[in-house]
Amino acid sequence: MSPWLLAPMQGAVALMLAPGLVGAIRWMKARLQSREGSPPWQPYLELRKLFAKEVVVSSNASWLFRAAPFIVFGSAVTVTLLVPLLAVPLPLGGAGDLLVVVYLLLLGTFFLALAGLDPGSPFGGMGASREMTVAALAEPTMALAIFALAWGVGSTNLGQIASRTLSTPSEALAPGHVLAFAAIFLVTLAETGRLPVDNPSTHLELTMIHEAMILEYSGRYLALIEWAAALKLLVFFSLLGNLFAPWGVASVITPGALLWAAVTLALKLLALGGVIALVETHIAKLRLFRVPELLSASFILALLAVTASFLLR
Amino acid sequence: MGLLSKILHTGIVTEPLPAGDSEVVHLVREVDAEARRLFGRALGIREVDAGSCNGCEVEITGLMSPVYDSERFGFHFVASPRHADLLLVTGPVTRNMEVPLRKTYEATPAPKLVVAVGDCARSCGVFAGSYAVVGSVDRVVPVDVFVDGCPPEPAHILQGILTALRSGRP
Amino acid sequence: MRALFFLMVTGYATGAAVALGLGTGPLARWASGLAAVVGAAAGLGLAAGVCMAGTGFSLAAPDLLASAGGLAFRLDGLGAVFLALTSLVAAPSALYGVGYSRALDGRPAQRQAGFMLNLFMLSMSLVPLADGTLTFLLFWEGMSLASYFLVMTEADRPEVSEAGQWYLGMTQLGFACLLGAFLLLPAGGPTTFVHLRAAAAVLPTGTRDLVFVLAVIGFGAKAGLIPLHVWLPRAHPAAPSHVSALMSGAMIKMGVYGLLRIGLDVLGGGPAWWGALVIGLGALSAVLGVLYALTEDDLKRLLAYSSVENVGVIALGVGAAFLFQSLQMLPAAAFALAAALFHAVNHAAFKGLLFMGAGAVLHATGTRNMNRLGGLIRGMPWTAALFLLGSVAIAGLPPLNGFVSEWLLFQALLPGIGASSPLVAVLMVLALGMLALTAGLAAACFVKAFGITFLAIPRSPEAAAAHETAWSMRTGMTMLAGACLFLSAASFAILPRLSAVAAPLVGLPAPGPVLRAGLTLQTPDGLAQMSPGIVAASLGLVVLVAWVAVKRFASRRPLRVGETWGCGRVVQTPRMEYTSTAFAEPLRRIFAEFYRPTEDVSIDFHPDSRYFVQSISYRSAILPWFERYLYAPVIARIRLWSERVLTLQSGSVHAYLAYLVAALVLLLGWLVVTGQR
Repeated sequence: MSPWLLAPMQGAVALMLAPGLVGAIRWMKARLQSREGSPPWQPYLELRKLFAKEVVVSSNASWLFRAAPFIVFGSAVTVTLLVPLLAVPLPLGGAGDLLVVVYLLLLGTFFLALAGLDPGSPFGGMGASREMTVAALAEPTMALAIFALAWGVGSTNLGQIASRTLSTPSEALAPGHVLAFAAIFLVTLAETGRLPVDNPSTHLELTMIHEAMILEYSGRYLALIEWAAALKLLVFFSLLGNLFAPWGVASVITPGALLWAAVTLALKLLALGGVIALVETHIAKLRLFRVPELLSASFILALLAVTASFLLR
Repeated sequence: MGLLSKILHTGIVTEPLPAGDSEVVHLVREVDAEARRLFGRALGIREVDAGSCNGCEVEITGLMSPVYDSERFGFHFVASPRHADLLLVTGPVTRNMEVPLRKTYEATPAPKLVVAVGDCARSCGVFAGSYAVVGSVDRVVPVDVFVDGCPPEPAHILQGILTALRSGRP
Repeated sequence: MRALFFLMVTGYATGAAVALGLGTGPLARWASGLAAVVGAAAGLGLAAGVCMAGTGFSLAAPDLLASAGGLAFRLDGLGAVFLALTSLVAAPSALYGVGYSRALDGRPAQRQAGFMLNLFMLSMSLVPLADGTLTFLLFWEGMSLASYFLVMTEADRPEVSEAGQWYLGMTQLGFACLLGAFLLLPAGGPTTFVHLRAAAAVLPTGTRDLVFVLAVIGFGAKAGLIPLHVWLPRAHPAAPSHVSALMSGAMIKMGVYGLLRIGLDVLGGGPAWWGALVIGLGALSAVLGVLYALTEDDLKRLLAYSSVENVGVIALGVGAAFLFQSLQMLPAAAFALAAALFHAVNHAAFKGLLFMGAGAVLHATGTRNMNRLGGLIRGMPWTAALFLLGSVAIAGLPPLNGFVSEWLLFQALLPGIGASSPLVAVLMVLALGMLALTAGLAAACFVKAFGITFLAIPRSPEAAAAHETAWSMRTGMTMLAGACLFLSAASFAILPRLSAVAAPLVGLPAPGPVLRAGLTLQTPDGLAQMSPGIVAASLGLVVLVAWVAVKRFASRRPLRVGETWGCGRVVQTPRMEYTSTAFAEPLRRIFAEFYRPTEDVSIDFHPDSRYFVQSISYRSAILPWFERYLYAPVIARIRLWSERVLTLQSGSVHAYLAYLVAALVLLLGWLVVTGQR
């Protein structure tokens, strides 16, 4: 099988799994709340319904409002082509490394924030302001955690980081790795809008960050943005899973290896989703001005990760 | 781990929904087949309080509780009418809420349904004749289903929404 | 080569002469502008010839200013990069200025503006060409003075004259330090850089350190490094927008050029603390610059502080080059320098574009205050789209050129973590963290700058009435936007050239570390790669496929236009939107220890009852650390001494005669004493 088919295949797998991941987390949370809840495939039904709905656009909005969902969706899908979801080495590994992934996601956030400002609604402005604040404060942590990972390998290339852990399994428990995992986990909570940073199912506008920016969207645009948010969650989880515990990732591109890789990916996603569900059930949302405390804690963890990698090389 | 053991001890408490009661739930207009097909399994609900005393709101909050669990039918409450498919309206429509209710309806993308909850929504209930109310919700926005009660039980509200979705068919 | 040099000089000189001589109408405006464009194009050609083809250029003119030693010109790789950068911004600025200065038609200020603009561009182009102390300092000062006059174009406004004072003061302070640095270098004889290099090689360490520190202060003042940046947020907004574009895009880079020329070329690098100093100042400038930019409501001041931030980022790369060179990590040093040079060029392109966009906004609405703008995307669609491109570029988002140079800088700083000295490693880690923080905050800053200015509803009648700008202004902006796209797409071809320029400066033979593998960029050790072209292509392809699929499979219902959802409120006014101050408020609270915001609320009550409020006025300010704790005491001290010295100027002729006699007696006495010995 040609390695160049791998990239679109990864994109397709990611697109198919992402809503299921969100649905699975919702299902687990429902069960933890002692109720039946919607089935894990509910987000697929919601997406199908949204694509069939009418689109209402504000009279104050410009072309940017209609273009932004495509840019957000496009950047999220492009990222899935660059991360080691199924196999290493990646055919597009020479085009983008971990830094490109982080900044492509920031591109999506940038346009979503602009789209929040466009209709002139105060909720959108508030969401944009808060989202950019959280994103800006999460950047140094992400960069340092990336460098902690890259330090051992000597490169920020994703395929190489994953391969290194595959070839020397004891690396996975190196203090630098573990600390970097903790740091990136906290950043995941911030970037994907989960508790304690942002409540994905809140209705109170003053408590919203991500949701506030999309209050004006309807129909297919909303579907694209929800799908992109699910993809972002999947990307962060697969980074956590496949960079720190890459077993299952295919090193040869055969149908059997790829199938096994998809299965292990799904298992890792479910495991991380379960952790998130437990975390969200146990803690309350942090006040916005206490989120920097959380992000500083993750920055310290990332700093320790870099120091540990450096000291124990 | 006190919380976790409590969760495991409690288990799933969702009760099965009893059959519909036509005394309480009234289908006013037939919902077209396309909307029914579209919303059958995934429905976004926006709750609009058009001047109610909040008794109905307390019951609607019960809809999201583990006992009644509206989510198992695919319903979820949304933060903006742009995300909504169904408006759940309560209260006699007061003069001040007439325009906001209409604006909420206009902000909702088609196809859309309206379920009016409570005696006030149908006939202004105890506020009938007051200078501050406009009248039944049907006078402001086209209603598909009325659910009687002051306040109606969460089970009846669920039945009302399901009736709107199935248009009276089981 | 020679022909291009003379064409460049002639072009600018013609522009200056024409501006003075052809009156104050459109003809003079167009003629001087087009002559400047020709000069800039020639400059770009000259720089490209030296950089791409590797041919050198030198020209000695010993007859000019012969009594002072004559002028000499030489263009090597380093100079070529900065000449290219200058010409890149000069051509669009000149074209833009044609449309922008239409308001000055018929007034004498038009003459001065056109003349000084060409003089400014000429001096600035000749600084990287200068070979030797006299030539360098002459054109350096010419650049500073010409820009001072340009800043003072609208001197009737009080903030402009204040800005001019600050600017003049800081440039002269810088010049004094530079003079000191240059004078400490040679030991007599000719002063071309070749000779200076030889002289510097035999200087004692203490003098070398002093020269370096003076160079950092002098060139840092020009570049806008903290704490010498205070003139930037005053002078850039006060100047006409194409001048701001030139100043921010090209002039502050001359500070970087000077530091590289003196520090790396003439002095040949130094101990590790040199690099650490520059890295420290750079990191501080980067973070503080963007923090100040975030709380600005004035669009041009925001862009000026953003320039401080970007100069800090460039200084991070330059400092890393110094540091790695002192640690004998030469390929890493060349890589860091190449990354810094690339960022300098990129910044020139997108900052020039952004300033021109801000100028267009100012031109169309008459205000720079973002709290009074908004909704301009409808009236000025071209400007909005170009400003958006510039914002995405400066925020460092893929796949544009800002991201490419940021990626390169990250990769360049990474080897520092593995340096043998733990102090260096810690410094590098902190520098990396601050660079990442800067990148995130810059993105937030430009969401604010673009979003509040161009999107949503106009916040004032002037904004509502805005119209698109003249085509000459739009063409200037489009040229720079095209440059941004080109720099990103052709980065794989440009980087090897920059590597070849950087290598000899750090002691490696040309062509320097390999930074390219086919169409991708890669680090010198070949382990990390990136291709902005492929990322852009993938992104474009995905967006296209998504658009087609959505069109095909989604609902056929037509799009409906409705009101903005506002919880059913009856009316929406511009006062309900988010403002620029509001957007930055979370960050202002989070960094309150740095900003130390003061708030003042005063409420006017109705005379009859305290329960009825007539008006509320709210004033908020952030603490200007440097002005209050560094500059104000220094300025107060200088004033004190000046007043004391002022007593000498008593106004009495008798006192002055007494001074003359006393001086004469002292001088004769000294001659007698030394003659006796």
